Amino acid sequence: MAEHIVRSFDNELEVLGRSIAEMGGLAEKMLSDAMEALSRLDTDLAQHVVATDPRLDALQRTIEEQAILTIARRQPMAVDLREIVAAIRVSGDLERVGDLAKNIAKRAMKIAGEVRMPRALIGLRHMSDMAALQLKDVLDAYAQRDEARARAVWLRDGDLDALDDSVFRDLLTFMMEDPRNISFCTHLLFCSKNIERVGDHATNIAETVVYLVSGNTLPTERPKGRGGLRGDLG
Amino acid sequence: MTAEPALVQKVTIRDLKFFYGDSLALKSINLPLYERKVTAFIGPSGCGKSTLLRVLNRMYDLYPRQRAEGEVLLDGDDILAPTTDINLLRSRIGMVFQKPTPFPMSIYDNIAFGIKLYERLSKAELDNRVEGALRSAALWDEVKDKLKSSGLSLSGGQQQRLCIARTVAIQPEVILLDEPASALDPISTAKIEELIDELSSRYTIAVVTHNMQQAARVSDYTAFMYLGSLIEFGETPKIFTAPQQKQTQDYITGRFG
Repeated sequence: MAEHIVRSFDNELEVLGRSIAEMGGLAEKMLSDAMEALSRLDTDLAQHVVATDPRLDALQRTIEEQAILTIARRQPMAVDLREIVAAIRVSGDLERVGDLAKNIAKRAMKIAGEVRMPRALIGLRHMSDMAALQLKDVLDAYAQRDEARARAVWLRDGDLDALDDSVFRDLLTFMMEDPRNISFCTHLLFCSKNIERVGDHATNIAETVVYLVSGNTLPTERPKGRGGLRGDLG
Repeated sequence: MTAEPALVQKVTIRDLKFFYGDSLALKSINLPLYERKVTAFIGPSGCGKSTLLRVLNRMYDLYPRQRAEGEVLLDGDDILAPTTDINLLRSRIGMVFQKPTPFPMSIYDNIAFGIKLYERLSKAELDNRVEGALRSAALWDEVKDKLKSSGLSLSGGQQQRLCIARTVAIQPEVILLDEPASALDPISTAKIEELIDELSSRYTIAVVTHNMQQAARVSDYTAFMYLGSLIEFGETPKIFTAPQQKQTQDYITGRFG
């Protein structure tokens, strides 16, 4: 895209874009670290994830302030306006991803004393790999202003929901087998829910990217998973 | 939610070309002005937007080497036709200019003057019309106690509203505004914009402005013109959030050059 006549405007947008990229990288790392901490029951790593979250929050605040200032100063129009709205939205989603990763890390610390790890953890890892991929893809789509890639992420969210259903079933079985499993399985249930929500935020970002690039909004109805066991439980 | 009433084309511009001598200033413009809607014309200086406005009430007739080709239909009748009664046309399509142009006479007479050209009214009727026009232009409260003072004694913003009152007094159908607020301070500008909003419930309005945010604020439809061509015409919210043409986008985001 051509440069603005007022070059400092381009700088402001560039700074916003860079901050979003930084947030994206941080959120991705927090998620993978949190899952690693959960798999290995590594409390140090979990602690590290929790300690990283304030940085993500601070970045989001800066982005919001910058965006508001730019709106006030430049009264942006068309693609510039969409760019700034997108930055606000994406930073909000990434901040939430960080919170969800932090929550997984906290749960990892809580169940670190348990020795029995159920096979459901495999499903959970699989889920988080998928969510991480969605997140990576959508952040690339954002960075490259790639509408097709964003739409692909949006369509794939159903797979993650379906996997969440199967993890739920596994954990339920495990709890029924032995009531002593209930405590940590409940934590794992929340973890799977968190991962599923990371997927939702990736989908939100995908919607934002489509809006940013084309000015169009995607339908409000998102593709749903095939399972639906937990449909009522949200 | 109530259904929007169907759009009526108050003015239809078809294949309009305009010449200053030999130079082509408007290149085949096709455009509707919808009834009781505000249409904004934006574009860089020299793009033809003011020219287009001047064609709409045949202002160019005053100049010998200027001519228009094509059709400009007002309720279906071509106003470019040689048979058009220019005086009647200008009573149906009023115009307000960039710089306030009050006549050097009293506030009251500024309004009454135009009415008297077209109608013979009793003193009481005339008083009524003057008051109505001043109220329409949101000026009544400020001038009601000094109607005999000169129009030139008013502030710039008040003068501009006086000119709008003068236009409204004739009870036109279409109002053309050429940069109506560009010489005014922000408060006066806001008053003019509020006025445009109110007038749009009764009149078809076309406004030329260099202020993009103003176009976005006051209009229902926006036309972007460049080098004598109409580049894009559409609903204002669409034009300012997601225009279809790259040139429109470049212009409204300040990337032109």
